[in-house]
Amino acid sequence: MTRSDWLEQAINLACGLLLLTAVGALWRREVSALIPILSVQGIALTAIAALLASEHPAGAEAVVVAVLVGALKVVVIPLLLRRVHRLVPGARETRPLVNVASSLLAAAGLSLLAYAAAGPLIDASPSPTARATPVGLALVLIGFFVAATRQRAVSQIVGLLLVDNGIAATAFLATDGVPLIVELGVSADLVLAVLVLQVLTARMVRTFGDGDLDDLRELHD
Amino acid sequence: MTADVRGLVIVALALGQAVLLAVLAPYVLGLTRAVRARLEGRAGGRLGQPWRDLRKLLRKGPTSPADASLVFVAAPPVLMATSIVVAGAAPFVATASVAGRADLIVVVGLLLLGTVALALAGLDTGTAFGGMGASREMTIAALVEPTLLLSVFALSVRVGSTDLATIVSAGATDPASVFTPASALAAAALAIATLAEGGRIPVDNPSTHLELTMVHEAMVLEYSGRDLALVEWASSLRLTILLGLLANLFVPWGVATALTPIGVLIGAAVFVVKVGLLAVALAVGEVFTAKLRLFRVPELLAGSFALALLAVLAAAVLG
Repeated sequence: MTRSDWLEQAINLACGLLLLTAVGALWRREVSALIPILSVQGIALTAIAALLASEHPAGAEAVVVAVLVGALKVVVIPLLLRRVHRLVPGARETRPLVNVASSLLAAAGLSLLAYAAAGPLIDASPSPTARATPVGLALVLIGFFVAATRQRAVSQIVGLLLVDNGIAATAFLATDGVPLIVELGVSADLVLAVLVLQVLTARMVRTFGDGDLDDLRELHD
Repeated sequence: MTADVRGLVIVALALGQAVLLAVLAPYVLGLTRAVRARLEGRAGGRLGQPWRDLRKLLRKGPTSPADASLVFVAAPPVLMATSIVVAGAAPFVATASVAGRADLIVVVGLLLLGTVALALAGLDTGTAFGGMGASREMTIAALVEPTLLLSVFALSVRVGSTDLATIVSAGATDPASVFTPASALAAAALAIATLAEGGRIPVDNPSTHLELTMVHEAMVLEYSGRDLALVEWASSLRLTILLGLLANLFVPWGVATALTPIGVLIGAAVFVVKVGLLAVALAVGEVFTAKLRLFRVPELLAGSFALALLAVLAAAVLG
């Protein structure tokens, strides 16, 4: 096998892992299981960034982006989520708006939609890895679905993180990589979102003893 | 080889393969039971115990409930016949002998025909348990059969054919093409579908008659004697068929791609070893997992369906 063959196989494997973890995030109800799933997805995303960086003509900046993505998605965000999880240990999605079986079927449908929608993108993009962009789009759609149908604050932020991973994957695969400054901005936003969630969950636990966003339906003095 | 001789060889091979699987199937069941018993610290039965049970049952005459119709009487032969046809026609030992005959859709359709025959028989007797088992079986089959189809479609995208023999021989001659993300996803989906279709933990517990959980046992409750023997034999044959498909589609090495005597013998030996290993893995897995609540089963099956669809998608997108 030549080097480019090997590279393509590795990127395909990482894309497969992205899809698998997205389905896994829909499948499992326990919040404690979502965090490792998200870490694995972070690893797959970092692998894609690193593999593309090794091919990149102006390597240094791409390598920095890959390292940044790895540090953020594999270390920092799981760490923060674990701290949130510790506030409500044993939390699980007891009553998602769409039950798990239907949401898995919906995920399958969303993936098909992503595949259909990505056709023009693939045609327009010059890079050979662009064939895998439907994976990124599917991740975005599944992430939105998770964020829209889950009740717990942590699960909703997991959905948003899926969306972000999807956008990042699409950016890496369809273009020649993301400029460092853009990646820095996105990362800062993401960390901020998770931190806000942590504060929110802490306050909700103090007030209601639980992290269920449905408790926020009514206004109180 | 002239065309006539070749035709004869092909028929002989298909018959031989069907006989091999029919003889092997109860031993596969015996192996899973023996491994399970050993791991749980029990003595357990011997490998041949299912065969002894079958022989005992085959000697006894069947009894039918008073209200049973032809559907009840016909179900065991239909189940057995469809299983035997699949056992003879699918690429288990050699691919050249079955090329062009073992289309995926035919194989899944035959398996489904057997499932439906048994479910109808469960309804036919009009007992509470039979109807309950049949309705559960249909709930499961509605998700399992599409998964079976889709997970193999993921492999057929690469080959460009739904002929099982073509898929298996393409995998056997080009090993690199077997290890792709698509085939990993498809393997996971097909494994779950196999567990559900074979009635194993975590979907159904084959060793209990507990009315809250049983699926297969509930449907065959009214059978006795020869009929029961046929049903049990056919169920073990279906499990062997599914394990064999799983083995040959995702680990295709050893299967005979040419019609030489040595190749066919090696193919048969390798097939027996592969199915044996899968049966041991199945038994070990069963020791460590609990049966799912019936209401959680559709979640598992929907998950496997989603995996299969993603496998097809990955095969189309990533290649």
